[in-house]
Amino acid sequence: MIPAAFEYVRPSTVDEALRALADGGEDAKILAGGQSLIPVMRLRLAAPSTVVDLTRVSELRGVREDGDALVIGAMTTHSDVVSDPLIAQHAPLIAQATETVADRQVRHRGTFGGALAHADPAGDLPAVALALDAEFVLAGAGGRRTVPAREFFVDYLTTALAEDEILVEVRVPKLAGQWGMHYEKFNRVAQAWSIVAVAAAVRREDGHIAEARIGLTNMGPTPLRATATEQALAGATAGADAIAGAAAHAAEGTAPSDDLNAKADYREHLARVLTRRAVTAAAGIQG
Amino acid sequence: MTAVEDRPATAGPAKEVGQARRRKEDARLITGKTTWTDNLVLPGMLHLAVVRSPFAHAKILAVDVEAARSAPNVVAVLTGQDFKEEQGSIPCAWPVTPDMVNPGHPSVAVEEVNHVGEAVAVIVARSKAAAQDAVELVDVDYHPLPVVVDMERATGANPDLCHDHLDTNESFRWIFDAGEAGTGQNTDEAFAAADVVVRRRFVQQRLIPAFMEPRATVVQPQGDGYTMWSSTQVPHILRIMLAMITGVPEHKLRVIAPDVGGGFGGKLQVTPEEVLTLLVARKLGKPVKWTETRSESLMSAHHGRDQIQHIEIAADREGNVKGLKVHLLADMGAYLRLVSPGVPILGAFMFPGIYKFPAYRFDCQGVFTNKTPTDAYRGAGRPEATFAIERIMDELAVELDMDPLELRRKNWIGAQEFPFTTVAGLEYDSGDYDEATRQALELLGYDELRAEQQRRRETNDPVQLGIGFSTFTEMCGLAPSRVLGSHPYGAGGWEHASIRMLPTGKVEVVTGSTPHGQGHETAWSQLVADELGVPFEDVEVLHGDTAISARGLDTYGSRSLVVGGAAVVNAAQKVVAKARTVAAHLLEASEEDLQFEGGTFSVRGTPGTGVSIQELALATFAAHNFPEGVEPSLDADATFDPVNFSFPHGTHVCAMEVDTETGRVSIRKYACVDDVGKIVNPLIVEGQVHGGLAQGIAQALYEEAVYDADGNLTTGTFVDYLVPSAADLPHFDTANTVHEAPGNPIGAKGVGEAGCIASTPAVVNAALDAVRHLGVSDILMPLTPERVWRAIHQGGDGGDRATAGTNAYGGAQTETTTGVSTPESSLGGDR
Repeated sequence: MIPAAFEYVRPSTVDEALRALADGGEDAKILAGGQSLIPVMRLRLAAPSTVVDLTRVSELRGVREDGDALVIGAMTTHSDVVSDPLIAQHAPLIAQATETVADRQVRHRGTFGGALAHADPAGDLPAVALALDAEFVLAGAGGRRTVPAREFFVDYLTTALAEDEILVEVRVPKLAGQWGMHYEKFNRVAQAWSIVAVAAAVRREDGHIAEARIGLTNMGPTPLRATATEQALAGATAGADAIAGAAAHAAEGTAPSDDLNAKADYREHLARVLTRRAVTAAAGIQG
Repeated sequence: MTAVEDRPATAGPAKEVGQARRRKEDARLITGKTTWTDNLVLPGMLHLAVVRSPFAHAKILAVDVEAARSAPNVVAVLTGQDFKEEQGSIPCAWPVTPDMVNPGHPSVAVEEVNHVGEAVAVIVARSKAAAQDAVELVDVDYHPLPVVVDMERATGANPDLCHDHLDTNESFRWIFDAGEAGTGQNTDEAFAAADVVVRRRFVQQRLIPAFMEPRATVVQPQGDGYTMWSSTQVPHILRIMLAMITGVPEHKLRVIAPDVGGGFGGKLQVTPEEVLTLLVARKLGKPVKWTETRSESLMSAHHGRDQIQHIEIAADREGNVKGLKVHLLADMGAYLRLVSPGVPILGAFMFPGIYKFPAYRFDCQGVFTNKTPTDAYRGAGRPEATFAIERIMDELAVELDMDPLELRRKNWIGAQEFPFTTVAGLEYDSGDYDEATRQALELLGYDELRAEQQRRRETNDPVQLGIGFSTFTEMCGLAPSRVLGSHPYGAGGWEHASIRMLPTGKVEVVTGSTPHGQGHETAWSQLVADELGVPFEDVEVLHGDTAISARGLDTYGSRSLVVGGAAVVNAAQKVVAKARTVAAHLLEASEEDLQFEGGTFSVRGTPGTGVSIQELALATFAAHNFPEGVEPSLDADATFDPVNFSFPHGTHVCAMEVDTETGRVSIRKYACVDDVGKIVNPLIVEGQVHGGLAQGIAQALYEEAVYDADGNLTTGTFVDYLVPSAADLPHFDTANTVHEAPGNPIGAKGVGEAGCIASTPAVVNAALDAVRHLGVSDILMPLTPERVWRAIHQGGDGGDRATAGTNAYGGAQTETTTGVSTPESSLGGDR
């Protein structure tokens, strides 16, 4: 289908982009790879008056270290994320989840920041960012502010980004200690969105699970933490029974929807099974 | 498999038939640098966009087109009122009963809409974008009417009506009774006398053909005639039908199917959009193009399958089958299209499968619902029949506590019994079901997998293993014209070919069987290269243009090689006969003394003399030295009308893993041995089998067109209508046995539909075999993980899916895919 007519701006700096966004008014929309925006525009679910294309804003690309944080530029493509050595070292969970996003073509155009700012509840990266306690750096006319992941995802396709703000980078804390990570995705065909997925990061200490962070994909209008499971795992023996017992709480506090892939009760069941599998894999024990 | 590109440097050229030639048409098809209809640009060409109904059933009270008409670059906005006198009805060429109810199918709705996506107005603009922008400016005032989506309710007591002007939702009732037809015993008596009767209700879900190239049509008025380019499987049928519908005389209408990117039956149609494009071009006198969006394609191009099947099988305790009863509800959708009613009837003869049933009764009701019309989709009737028989054989085996293969062996037709006339009155031509099965089991590694299945059961492994069979046959090579006439289909089933010998010795083959991706150009070149003894590269195959290929009945029903290829071979043999006369004259010998080998005529016993058929082409062109009274032409044509169908068969075996914790099923191994008769090109055959398997597996596991209670298609994008890719499918172990078809000069049986027909029940049987010990006896298709999980843990068949589309990326629904919002079509739930 053909999108409705729109103005197109392609700035080369963040400042230019912010001006273009301000000039574009309330119907302006940021294009950060276009793998979600273009389809919804073609279906005329979205009809922005102005599209601000960040593709040429080179300062938003790339991954760097900043003290005890990993800083991922918002316009870093999925394929760059997948092959980045710093991410592989400090946050392999991000690479593992990104590798499951859509297909190769989409991963070459789609971006890390674009996927997070779109905040699709079925998208894979929001739950990962939430599990890793990432921080979102937002630039606006009045300067920059940092929003923790727990506050960034507000509702269905809605984030803490104001209309005149741009997500510029995501800061992921480097995890200290013996961490294992795993992304367990459940979908029906290879390129499809997650029906449910679980992002798990587990720190082991002396045969115990010292700490677990678990993000849930598509178990509500926003990504969620499996808080009850995390609490049950803290200090637990790193064994199959303890993990299974803790995973039984994974669906607590979730609000999944019904659709043709899964009714809510089945999603809750999947959350429990997949959490058990994700934590088991992250903890590095035999399931 | 290695493609053979080089001719071995031996004395005589190797036979082309049997070589795994790479397809000569692929480079242009794959790169897209070819005549796809949407690539066509004509000077002054206007563009259409179709305004479609967001209601499944409503009266049209008013259509206000003023705002759209005054939009930038819009040339005209036309509605049902503008075309009601000239649009006629989309034709139904297969009135299966004399009293069949046909509500009439306007190309653009006039007073009533009967499914979501039905055309209500057409925008004509100077660009596609301008036309699309104006769609939402058309203001249609609808009065909603009750919506019929469920066939069982539609045929129950006091149903709502799909069509306001009809007093029934039943289009037809069609019965075949072997007892009455004299091809079998009385079915009721057979059932009454049987030890065991098993009854099941199976559901063939609605599918969408989902061809790769969306439909497109261009019409150019020229003088007092029209040329139409259309992405169609059936340019010849389309021309005749358009002439009948619109009154444009047949000889003033040229229809061209240029390169066409897939169809799977979905382009075996005379579409409303083709009619509208022609009517708009006629009204405005300008070239006009219509190209659909994927959303339009999914909701308005015809769908396939959609049957509720009540199957009853009778047997004795020893497992000898005694009778089969079939009662079908077949969903026609809102209207009858070209062969909508014929699809279940085509299946009627295949329910007995490869088994020797003494009694058989088939009873089918065609039902209207407020959904997109159904029509041919790869296999058309035969996959439905094959599924039913192969599933019920497994159920009978369970009831009798017999091995499912043992039960099949006991009842199938023996290799020595061909030709065999079945209880449905078909004469099966040739085959060896036992041998195909033996080879398939070996390919699969059957014994090891059975042992593993046992281990997994004993250890209560969360991942269970099952093995499923489908020992199938199908009727192909559509079709003997006389048989079609008796049913009564509106056309014959012959095919035409002509061969032109060009002066330089090159050869043009004109075929009436229009390809849309099958590889006709390569296969026909191989046939002709062998018949004429000319190089493969010297043969060009022309098709798809009614001005070039004057006669033809196009491509569907695995008919091209079996019927169209046969015509090509017969035409080539006529060329050789004509060339022989000229050769005899030039070599000053009698025709009887000539031998024809490797493309050269020579006098027997006189080495060194000889003239090639390519040299004879030049001699004929010059015609300076020609036999007296012989016309100077080597060209010939042939029309082949088969006397019988051909009957490919095979054994498909699927090994399936079922994760009992999540319900996910994944194919561990798939092996099949198909007998498609003589193989002209093994690479093409293997490709057809692979593609067919993908589509058959897709029905079992992935695809379903889902409608909600208001008649909205909620699988309106490929986010929700799940077409699997190579990443989702296993490696296929394929092989062939060869029993040539006696009914055509090639000996081929047809391969286009085999994989699609055979695979679906093998996959479902495999999944059930994995979990039957857990109390599961059926799971509805597609076998979504949720359904499998529910069947295992909650009993039943997995139940109905929620109808809402996924919320991913905004959840495209009717309001977006039709471009218009209604309260009924808006997003529900938490979105």
